[in-house]
Amino acid sequence: MCLSIPSKVVKIDKENEIATVDTMGVQREASLSLMSEEDIHVGDYVLLHIGFVMNKIDEKEALESLELYREIIDAMNEEDRQLAILEADECSNQGD
Amino acid sequence: MELELKNLYDDFRDADTIKAYAKIIKVDAAKLKNSINIMEVCGGHTHTIMKYGLPQLLPSNIKFIHGPGCPVCIMPKERIDHAYVLSMQPNVILVTLGDMIKVPGSNGSLQTARSKGADVRFVYSPLECLKIAKENPTKKVIFFAIGFETTTPMSAALLDAVIKQNIKNVFFHINHVTVPEVMRELIDSRDIHVDSYNNKIDAFLGPSHVSVISGSKIYEEFPRDYNRPVVVSGFEPVDVMQAISMIVKQFIEGRCSLEVEYKRLVTYDGNVKAQELVNRYFDKADLFKWRGLGNIPKSGLKLKLEFKEYDAEDIYKDILPIGEIEDHKLCICGNILRGMANPPECTIFGTACKPTSPIGSCMVSSEGACAAYYKYGNLV
Ligand code: SF4
Repeated sequence: MCLSIPSKVVKIDKENEIATVDTMGVQREASLSLMSEEDIHVGDYVLLHIGFVMNKIDEKEALESLELYREIIDAMNEEDRQLAILEADECSNQGD
Repeated sequence: MELELKNLYDDFRDADTIKAYAKIIKVDAAKLKNSINIMEVCGGHTHTIMKYGLPQLLPSNIKFIHGPGCPVCIMPKERIDHAYVLSMQPNVILVTLGDMIKVPGSNGSLQTARSKGADVRFVYSPLECLKIAKENPTKKVIFFAIGFETTTPMSAALLDAVIKQNIKNVFFHINHVTVPEVMRELIDSRDIHVDSYNNKIDAFLGPSHVSVISGSKIYEEFPRDYNRPVVVSGFEPVDVMQAISMIVKQFIEGRCSLEVEYKRLVTYDGNVKAQELVNRYFDKADLFKWRGLGNIPKSGLKLKLEFKEYDAEDIYKDILPIGEIEDHKLCICGNILRGMANPPECTIFGTACKPTSPIGSCMVSSEGACAAYYKYGNLV
C-alpha cells in the first residue's frame, strides 16, 4: 500500500487545505493537512500517500542523486571503453 | 537542469544505473571477510526487490532477509475477527484500506462478511469516511485503521476533521504499529536463535515512507546500541541498489552508522506536523500482537483516553471476541516475517496457498513476501 509516484502541485486551495496535483498526467486532489502552509507551492513535487501530501521532494537532493547516477554511469562507460581498447590492443599484438 | 517528473520516475528505475551499482557492489563485496545479510524491513522494498530481480544482481555474499513491514501481513486473526464482528453489527459501515479486505480471519475475511450482507467498504483514503458518514447519518462508520508510522498521521487527520466538523458517526478501530519496536524484537529474538538459523541480520535497509514521517532519527539506536548499520532507502530499484552499496561500504570501512540514501524525502526530524498530530490523538498501547511474531511491548498505538467516545474497541468491548487464535498449522508466515525462512520453504506455497486463495496473510498483500515470490519468483 506504500508504493507511490511523485506528483506535481498544480493548484492550492488554502482554505480547505487541498492541493490539486498531477501524477503522470492524471490530476487528482490531495489533503494538505499534514503540511505547514508555507511549505508547499505550485510547481513543487510532492509525495502522496492515501490521499495526503506526505512531504515535498527536495529538488536539490533529487538533482544531486541524478547527477551522481550520471557520474557513475559515465565512469562505468569510461572503464568499459578502456577495457575495450585494452582488449583491442591485445588482439592486435597477438595478430603481429 | 530542472527537475521533471520524468526524471523522478524513470531515472530512479534506469537499468544502466542499476547495472552500474551491481558492478560497484560486486567489486566492493569481494573485499568482505564475511557475508552480509540485509533485512529490508518494509514490504514496499520486498516488492521492489522481487519485481526487479535484485537478488540475482548481487554477489552471493550479499543476501536479503525479508522483514515484517507489510501492515496487512502482520495483522493477527484476532484483529480481523474484530473487524468481522463489527461489520456484522446492525447499522454499521466498516471502512478499511488496501488488501485488508482479503485477509482471512477465523470466520473468513471481510470479503466473506460482505457476501453475508455486511456493509464493508474499501477506500483509497481515510478521508472518504467523512463523505460516507455524511451520506449515511443514521449509520455508524467504523474506520478499521491499519499501518505503520506512514499511515498513522492520516488516521489522526481524519479524527481531527471529525472533531472539527462535529461529525458524530465516525469511530475508529486502531491497529497502528511502529517500526523500531519490531526491529528491536527481531534482533533480540534472533540473537537467541542465531546458531540454529545461521542467518542473522547484519544490517537494515530502513523503510522509505515511514522515515518520511518519522525522520531518520528513529533508527539511531540500531548502529549505536545494536551494532547494526541502517541505511534509509527510497522505493525505486536504483535507490535500493545505492543503499546496498552504502551498506557494503560501511562494512569494508569498518563503520557502523545511520545513513540516508533517500535524501530527497527523508530528513533527520521527519514531518514534524504529522508527528504532532499523531501525538495529539494517540498513546502507545502496552502490547500489540503481531501475526507470526507474537506480542511485542509498546509496538502498537491506541487512541488517548480522552477520545474514548470515538474508540470502537471501547464502545463494542462487550461483543468483541477475546482470546488467542492459532495460525494455520502449515503456514510459516511467522518464520518468514522473522526472516528465518523464505516463502518456497512453505509446503503449501503456490499450491493450497496462492493469491487467489490465501491461507496466510503474507500471500494477501502485494507487499507480502509470499505474494511477491509467487508473482516474481521466476526471476530468482
Ligand atoms: S505460502 Fe501461504 S501458508 Fe505458506 S507461509 Fe506463505 S502465506 Fe503462509
